[in-house]
Amino acid sequence: MAVVRSSCGSSARLTAPTCVLLLLLFAFVSVASASRDDAPGGNNETGRAPPEDSHHHHQQTNSSTHHKKAFPVLSFNYEHVRQPFEISLWILLALLMKLGFHIIPRVSNVVPESCLLIVVGLLIGGIIKAIGEKAPMLDSKLFFLYLLPPIILDAGYFLPIRPFTENMGTILVFAVVGTLWNTFFVGGMMYAVCQIEGAQLGGVDLLSCLLFGSIISAVDPVAVLAVFEEIHINELLHILVFGESLLNDAVTVVLYHLFEEFSHADTVTVGDALLGVVCFFVVSLGGIMVGAIYGLLGAFTSRFTSHTRVIEPLFVFLYSYMAYLSAEVFHLSGIMSLIACGVMMRPYVEANISHKSYTTVKYFMKMWSSVSETLIFIFLGVSTVAGPHAWNWTFVIFTVILCLVSRVLGVIGLTYVINKFRIVKLTKKDQFIVAYGGLRGAIAFSLGFLLTNSQLKNMFLTAIITVIFFTVFVQGMTIRPLVELLAVKKKKESKRSINEEIHTQFLDHLLTGIEDICGHYGHHHWKDKLNRFNKAYVKRWLIAGERSTEPQLISFYNKMEMKQAMMLVESGSAAKLPAIVSSMQNIQPRGPARPRAIPSISKSREQEIRKILRANLQKTRQRLRSYSRHDLLIDPFEDGLSEVRFRRQRVEMERRMSHYLTVPANRQEIPSVRKVCFEPEHQVYTYDTDGESLRGRRASHSHPSASDAAGLVNESTRRPDQSGAAEPRAKVPDDQEDQDQLTLSRCLSDPGPNKDEEGGGSFLS
Amino acid sequence: MGASQTRTGNEHQHLMDKTGFSSEQIKNLRKRFLQLSGNEETIRNQRGDEAGAFQEIGFEQFLMVMCHFRPPTLKMTAEEKEAMRKEKLRFLFNMHDTDNDGTITLEEYRKVVEELLSKSGAIGQETAEAIADAAMLEVASTNVPHMAPDEFYEGITFQHFEQILKGLEMESRMNIRFLDVDTTTMRCGRSTS
Repeated sequence: MAVVRSSCGSSARLTAPTCVLLLLLFAFVSVASASRDDAPGGNNETGRAPPEDSHHHHQQTNSSTHHKKAFPVLSFNYEHVRQPFEISLWILLALLMKLGFHIIPRVSNVVPESCLLIVVGLLIGGIIKAIGEKAPMLDSKLFFLYLLPPIILDAGYFLPIRPFTENMGTILVFAVVGTLWNTFFVGGMMYAVCQIEGAQLGGVDLLSCLLFGSIISAVDPVAVLAVFEEIHINELLHILVFGESLLNDAVTVVLYHLFEEFSHADTVTVGDALLGVVCFFVVSLGGIMVGAIYGLLGAFTSRFTSHTRVIEPLFVFLYSYMAYLSAEVFHLSGIMSLIACGVMMRPYVEANISHKSYTTVKYFMKMWSSVSETLIFIFLGVSTVAGPHAWNWTFVIFTVILCLVSRVLGVIGLTYVINKFRIVKLTKKDQFIVAYGGLRGAIAFSLGFLLTNSQLKNMFLTAIITVIFFTVFVQGMTIRPLVELLAVKKKKESKRSINEEIHTQFLDHLLTGIEDICGHYGHHHWKDKLNRFNKAYVKRWLIAGERSTEPQLISFYNKMEMKQAMMLVESGSAAKLPAIVSSMQNIQPRGPARPRAIPSISKSREQEIRKILRANLQKTRQRLRSYSRHDLLIDPFEDGLSEVRFRRQRVEMERRMSHYLTVPANRQEIPSVRKVCFEPEHQVYTYDTDGESLRGRRASHSHPSASDAAGLVNESTRRPDQSGAAEPRAKVPDDQEDQDQLTLSRCLSDPGPNKDEEGGGSFLS
Repeated sequence: MGASQTRTGNEHQHLMDKTGFSSEQIKNLRKRFLQLSGNEETIRNQRGDEAGAFQEIGFEQFLMVMCHFRPPTLKMTAEEKEAMRKEKLRFLFNMHDTDNDGTITLEEYRKVVEELLSKSGAIGQETAEAIADAAMLEVASTNVPHMAPDEFYEGITFQHFEQILKGLEMESRMNIRFLDVDTTTMRCGRSTS
C-alpha cells in the first residue's frame, strides 16, 4: 500500500483520492468474491455464508411457514451464478489493476508490470487472510489448461520467423543443453547442501533434489515476455532468451516426469536413463508434429472460409487450442505443439483470411494473453500469501545462489562452444543479457504445486516462490537500467520500408547464389529449397485462389499500400498527414512525354484502395454529422468547417494517392485529375438507395476483381458483415438524394448515375 | 610440388593479407575455383558479351569478390564493423548500378525488381514497375525531404543508399559461412563439371 500511495501522492496525473478509491474498490471486490465459498480453482472450500445470505434465506423460510407464500417480486439466488460471477470478478479486478498501473506513469517506468501485479496479489491475499477467509491458490489445472495457452499461442503465432530460424541452433543448444546443465547442477549441489549437518535437511534424497532442480531450472516464457516486452531490446537477444524459454518446455516436461517416476521407483537403471533420452525426442518431436498437423488443418480450413468470414478467427484459436490439448493428452510438450501450430498456420491463414479477420485474430490474441498474464501474476501473489510455507533458510538461500551461478556458468560455457559455429558471434554483453534474462515464473510454481510428496512439497514451494520473486523483482527491475548502462542495442522502431524488403529478398537470392558458388550447402541453400517446395506444392493446397501464386514481394507491397491508405484516412485532418512533398514527377525522367500505360493490375488496386478510402472517409463524415443526420437543413457552421477541411483533405488525398498509386499527378489542373482518377469508379460504384442492390452490385463486380492478386482488399469489399460500412453508406445516399442542390452533398456522396461536371469531382465521400 | 608449394605459400600470404581469409579457407576456395573453371587458371564469362563485364576472372579476383561476404569477427571494433558495412553496401550498390555512373537510376532499379519478380510471369512484370517506383519515391522522400515539384531526383547515390539500408545491419546479414573443410566433394546447384 505504501509504495502505491506514495507514488500516488507524488504523481501529478492521478489524484490520491482516486487511487485510494480504486484500491478500496478492488479490496472490496476481492473480499466479496473470496467470502463466497470459492474463487475459481480454489481447493478446499471452507467459506462461511455471509450474514445477509442467511438472513434472506431465513426470511424466505419464515414467510413460507406462514400461509401461502407471496409471489417473490425480488429474490436472491447467488448460488446459481456463483462460479461465473467470481471468475468475472477476478478478471475484472485484474484488468482494473492493469488500467490503474498505466494511469500512474512514474511507477510503471521503474517497476515492470509483473512486479506490480504480484504486489497487488500479495495485498489481496493479505486482506483475504486478514479477514479469515481462505484465499484461492493458483490451481495447476487452471493454469495449464486455461491461463497458459493464450500466452503461448500469442507468442507462437507472432513469432518472428526469420530471426528464430536463423538462430535456431543457438536457441536449441541453450534450451536443451542449458536446461539439462541447470537441472543437474542445481539438483546435485542442493543434494550436497542437504548433506550438511546443521541444515536439518537430511530427509531430502538425490532424486527429490533432482526433481526440484528440474522444476526450478526452466526459464519461464511468461515472465520473460512480461519483462522483455518493456525494455525493447534488440531482436537477436530477444529471440534468444524468448526462444529458449519456449523450447525448454520439452526438456522440462521430460525431466519432471522422469524424476517423478523415478522417485516412486526403487532403483534407477541405465536403461531407464536411456529411455529418458528417447522420451525426450518423442516428447519434443511428437509435440511439434501434432502442432504441425493441426496447423496444416487450420490452414486448409481457412482456404474455404471465403463465404463465412465471421467465424474465421475462431478456426485459428480452436485448432491451436486443440493442438495444445491433444499434445497434453499424450504427455507431449504442449507448448511446442502450440508454437508449431501457430508457426505452421500463420503464412497460409494470413493469405486467406480477410483483413478484418486478421485484425480480430490479432486483437483477440493480444487481449487473451494480456488477461492471462495479469491473472497469473496476481494469483502468484495471492498464492504466496495463502499457501502453507516451510521456510528453511539454508535451502532457500542456497537455491537462489545456485540458480544464479548455474545460469551464468551455463551461458558462458555454452556461448564459448556456440561461438565456434556461429557466423555472427555473441559478445560479452549479449551473454550477460542472456544470463540475466533467465527469469523463472509461474510454470515453475505450478509444476511444484503438482508435487505429491507433501512434506517436501511445502519446502520446495517456498524455495520456488522465493526464486521466482527474486528473479522477477530484482532481475526484472534492474534489467532496464542495466540495458541502458551497457548500451545494449535496442530494437529499431521504424517500420519496414519497401526498400528494405526488396533488399532483404535480394540478399536472400544473392547469398544463396554465393553459397552455391562456394559449393557448400549452407543455411541459405536449405532455406531456398524450402521456399521452392513451399511455392510449388504447399501453397497451392493451402491458399485460396490467386493469392497462392503471389510472390512475397508483391504481397508485401500490397499490404504496405493498404496500410498506408488506411493510415491516411484514419489520421483524420489534413494537418496530421505526414508531409511527403516529392511525387512521381520528381522521379520520372524528363524527356518526351511517353504515354504511360497504367498497368491493369494497378488500376484495380487503385479502385480497391479508393473504395476503402472513400468508405472510411464517409465514416468520418458520418461521425461528424451523426447528430444532424436527419436534418434537412445542415448546420452552416459545422458544414463550413468540414467543407474546408474536406477540400483540403481531398487535395492531400489526391496527392497521396498519386504517390502511392503511381498515377502521374498532373498537379496544375485539379479538376482534370479528378476526371482521370475517378472515371472508372463511376461504373463500379453506383449506389442505389437500398442496401440490397448495394450488396448485389458489390457481389456482381466482385467477380472481375476476384482475379485480383491482392485478395486482401477484395475481401474487404466482399464481406457480408459490413455492419459498420453498409449502414451509413446506404443511409447517406438517402439523405443526399434530398439535398442534391447542395454542393456539399455532392462531395459527400457517391455520384449517382447522372452527375454533371461539378459533381464529377466528388471524390471521397 | 615443393617449388609450387612455396610459391603458393607466398601467394597465400599475400592473399590472406589482402582479403582476410585464413590459409585453410584460401586453400579450399582455390580447390573450388579450379573445380569451377575446369582446372584452368581463369573462369570464363559464360554469358557472352556483356557491357561492363569481365570476360574472365582469375583466382585473385574471385577471392576479392568472396571476401565481401566474410562475417565480422569478435575482435572487431565498432569502426571496423562500420567500415565492413560500408564495404558490403558498396558491393550491393555496384551490383545495382550497372553503368557505373555512381547513381542508381530508376531504370536500373526497375531492372533489379524485375529480376526479383522474374519468376512470376505477367503479374511480376507489371507490378515490378510500380514497386520500383514506390521504392524510388521512398528514397527520394527520405533523403531529400523538401523537393519542389519541378526538381528531378537523379538517382540513388551511395550516401542515400547507405541511409535507406542502415536499418538492415549489413555486417550481420550479408555473410556466408566459409568452411575450413574440403568443399570439392559437394556439388553446386548447377553443376559445371
